[in-house]
Amino acid sequence: MSHSRRSWLLIGGLLLAIAVLFGLSLMSGRVWAPWSAWIDRSDPRWAIIFELRLPRTVLAVAIGAALGLSGAAMQGYTRNPLADPGVLGVSSMAALGAVMSLYLGLAFTATWLLPACAILGAGFGVVLMLALAGTTGGTVTFLLAGVILNTVASAGVALALSLAPNPWAAQEIISWLLGSLADRSVEEVRLAVPLIIVGLAILLTLRKSLDALTLGETGAVALGVNLSAVRVILAVGVGIASGASVAVTGLIGFVGLIAPHLVRPLVGHRPGVLLVPAALAGSALVLAADIVVRLTPSAAEMRLGVATAAVGGPFFLALLISMRRRLA
Amino acid sequence: MTAPLISGATLSADDLTVSLGGRAVLHGVSAQFRAGEVTAVVGPNGAGKSTLLACLAGLRRPDAGSVSLEGAPLAALSHRERARKIGFLPQTPEVAWAVDVETLVGLGRTPHSGMRGLSEADRLAVARALKHTDLEELALREVKSLSGGERGRALFARVLAGEPSWLLADEPLAGLDPGHQLDAVDLMRGFAAQAGQGVVMTLHDLAIAARLADRVLVLVDGRLIADGPPREALTPDVLARAYGVTARVVEGQSGPLIELVGRHG
Repeated sequence: MSHSRRSWLLIGGLLLAIAVLFGLSLMSGRVWAPWSAWIDRSDPRWAIIFELRLPRTVLAVAIGAALGLSGAAMQGYTRNPLADPGVLGVSSMAALGAVMSLYLGLAFTATWLLPACAILGAGFGVVLMLALAGTTGGTVTFLLAGVILNTVASAGVALALSLAPNPWAAQEIISWLLGSLADRSVEEVRLAVPLIIVGLAILLTLRKSLDALTLGETGAVALGVNLSAVRVILAVGVGIASGASVAVTGLIGFVGLIAPHLVRPLVGHRPGVLLVPAALAGSALVLAADIVVRLTPSAAEMRLGVATAAVGGPFFLALLISMRRRLA
Repeated sequence: MTAPLISGATLSADDLTVSLGGRAVLHGVSAQFRAGEVTAVVGPNGAGKSTLLACLAGLRRPDAGSVSLEGAPLAALSHRERARKIGFLPQTPEVAWAVDVETLVGLGRTPHSGMRGLSEADRLAVARALKHTDLEELALREVKSLSGGERGRALFARVLAGEPSWLLADEPLAGLDPGHQLDAVDLMRGFAAQAGQGVVMTLHDLAIAARLADRVLVLVDGRLIADGPPREALTPDVLARAYGVTARVVEGQSGPLIELVGRHG
């Protein structure tokens, strides 16, 4: 079967999975809402579905796509399967931006300021990451750059927490950092989804360049790729997409690492062709994780960010072990 | 009767000067390259061979001087136009990810293809390149699983698929055994034999340069000290100046043979 045929089949399959998970996400939770409740406006569960679960579900799709595609683009650019907005510190920098806006009280003066600060933080994070790793950085250099960014960002967040004017503000920051889709409203959807769409559209223009980067930076430049433009587009696209995600959900790690990895062999390992399937796989992953989180019996709902980390941590470890020989 | 015009594409370097970290790597190098010829650039380590090639390929801007392609400055072309005309084989070609041979060769179409992927014409060019390099049966094999010789052919096919006028190769024979070196040389000669196409490559092996190249440039400390057919360029005097070796050049069956006698004085 030809490569392009296989890619279309994969995209079709992923869309189907997302559609099924979307339906399940609207149905499941503390109160089970069967299909019949969807059409009957007088059913009390109708409000649960459309006012509570629909925004949450739409956000899960958007954020999954943003993280999956950001991860795939960063992996393509760095030619490193361990790259992802979380691992390389871009999400933490977004979080630092958002926390600063909370700490300084900016977030309370206008709603758009928190996402704006998160996007600035994420974009700045990508630029710093590229600068730290240099243009010919290998896997290890990029990971070290990520370690540095994550350390700096968490130090900044810790500083903001320790200087927080009152325990309530500190509590607000911590709760937001843990990463969750619970109690998200239409307002958050309106804020994040358009930004995420813009970020993804920007990143999709990198398809050909990322494919060409399979031949390394020199190889790509020889094929007519404008590398400085690629770097700017990557920083802006990942900044907007993952910044907007972090702004409304806090830190949800490892999606950008796992999603591209799952679908890569199915697109013949081509980094550009991988972008759309990785976005869809990210959506499906976050949808599934959010359903599991809601159905897990516990006093308080488990945090989505905690759940993805619980799956992502061992996954990262397994990936690292399988790459150990190459890295050594 | 006027002198015959040099037909087809020409690539020329005019007074190229490049400094790296305060050290001058090229000092005013000028040379013309003609289509139909295989030109070898030789010289000791650190002479500036790779830098010269990178300038010719448009991958590095010289600090002074210029490169022109078919009479027009290379710097005036867009990245894409330049990539369509000049195929470049780096010294240590990187192939990331577990792509198959067909995908790798398809990347050579990057300067031609649109955002929607490969067109029918692109596919045909890829098929021709695979056939020409005898890789049809390996098309679906992962590049990482190939032997050194097969990998070299696949990388060459990648350049062929782009249908450039010029092939610039940095040490294309490094790491190949003698048999595969000759195969690679045949592919290069075949490329230069096509109308309007030429090859420029850097080489370490003087014996191969003497045998296969139509023309040899000898670069020492960023300056050209010889430029001409192998017999004229690779003289004992030039070799002594370039490498500090005493050499004898004798006439062999298929070109001059270079015998290294020992370290010079």
